[in-house]
Amino acid sequence: MDETLVQIFKIFVSAALVDNIILARYIGLCPFIGMSSSLANGIGMGMAVTFVMVLASIVTWFLWFFILLPLNLEYLRIMVFILVIATLVQLVEIVLKKNVPNLYRAMGIYLPLITTNCAILAVTFFGVDYGYSLLEVVVYSISVALGFTLALVLLAGIRERLRFSRLSPFYQGYPIAFIATGLLALAFLGFKGLV
Amino acid sequence: MDLVLPVVIVGLLGLAFGVMLAWLAQKFAVETNPLVQKVEQVLPGANCGACGYPGCSGLAEAIAQGKAEPDSCPVGGPEIWSAIGKLIGKEVNNLEGKKAVLLCQGGEEVAVSQAFYQGVEDCRAASVLNLSFKACRFGCLGLGSCQKVCPFEAITIDPDNRLPIINLAKCTGCGKCVEVCPRGVLALVPNREQVLLACQSLDKAREVRRICQLGCTKCRLCVKVCPEEAISFAEGRIHIDRQKCNLCGKCLEKCPVGCLVKFSPKGGIVTYQREKSKEKAGVTT
Repeated sequence: MDETLVQIFKIFVSAALVDNIILARYIGLCPFIGMSSSLANGIGMGMAVTFVMVLASIVTWFLWFFILLPLNLEYLRIMVFILVIATLVQLVEIVLKKNVPNLYRAMGIYLPLITTNCAILAVTFFGVDYGYSLLEVVVYSISVALGFTLALVLLAGIRERLRFSRLSPFYQGYPIAFIATGLLALAFLGFKGLV
Repeated sequence: MDLVLPVVIVGLLGLAFGVMLAWLAQKFAVETNPLVQKVEQVLPGANCGACGYPGCSGLAEAIAQGKAEPDSCPVGGPEIWSAIGKLIGKEVNNLEGKKAVLLCQGGEEVAVSQAFYQGVEDCRAASVLNLSFKACRFGCLGLGSCQKVCPFEAITIDPDNRLPIINLAKCTGCGKCVEVCPRGVLALVPNREQVLLACQSLDKAREVRRICQLGCTKCRLCVKVCPEEAISFAEGRIHIDRQKCNLCGKCLEKCPVGCLVKFSPKGGIVTYQREKSKEKAGVTT
């Protein structure tokens, strides 16, 4: 029992902090820059990605170990996984449109773009590549999604402050956001060697 | 057999997901106004966001709900405005288009200069480092980039206070001056009577008072006094909702600085405080 707990904690720390999907692996930068202009949007995006990521990893885990592997259809993995992700994104979109129309509107194009968010496909791949059990996959995907949300919220907070600071026009907007991202990534380097 | 199995598997998965989504879409169906789609088809579809809504679909929804005017799309132009007006059964009387206005009153006597500028007579050159000879980093520099770029010679620089004067009869609302202005003090507004905030400053009150006599100090008296709740304070500055404003003029009266101004198609920008001081001067003498 203790060993599984330790294992789970290890997965959490390494996925959320040490190998932070954005700041250490540089995956999923598009929604990271696009949705970090305000804190509320950032949190909303984080939640949507968390939902899709966790569900996608669970569904793809089952598909991988119970359909694709036994039938020797490993080469279909990208296609099948993308199918799962696209379906889940549509599901989130339908539900959000009905229940949280404000967030739906604020997310605009970035919601359907979760489909092509490489972070989610990457997590489903890593989940099966690392040979995790179902529990571990769930923990892993939640941790990665938390790491994604953490990075998004951090940058959103910084950008909210940057909007009112004295900046040369050359730096305003995206340039300073990328510089801030680089500095954040440097800071996250400090977690290397933790696990 | 090797070919059939993957085809069957992927096909079945796709079918299962498709059926699930179709069922969910029915269950969570949102009643949409058919008008929204019609309006969206008329809109340019560039999703540029210039209207302030998230994309053309956002504006289409706002128009269909009556939250936005049919002429809210700045890219569309009169043709699209009237097409939308027909769709929602609203007369578009704003076919004269837009005009450029100067949203800064910090002329030479009003705003503090912190340095002498000896360089190219061009606002863009003078504001390369964001800081410039004017203490206010949001104010008009008055070096006439807008005057030079205007294809209709509608802009002249007032020799007294070094601020551009826009000749509304000549202005076509092309927006070239708005584009070129490095300070963002020029704006395109619908050519009808309205109240505008003639100050772009995001500085704090003390700083504003130090550097400009006609700068918005964010006292928010206008927000409190507006009976229509058309004025709000967000992101460090005052916002005026043209749709809600009924031109009662209470905010103009209340504003202690005089940075709220009235724009009219005939007279251009009129400052309330300046008029009042003229009246006072007339009475005392």
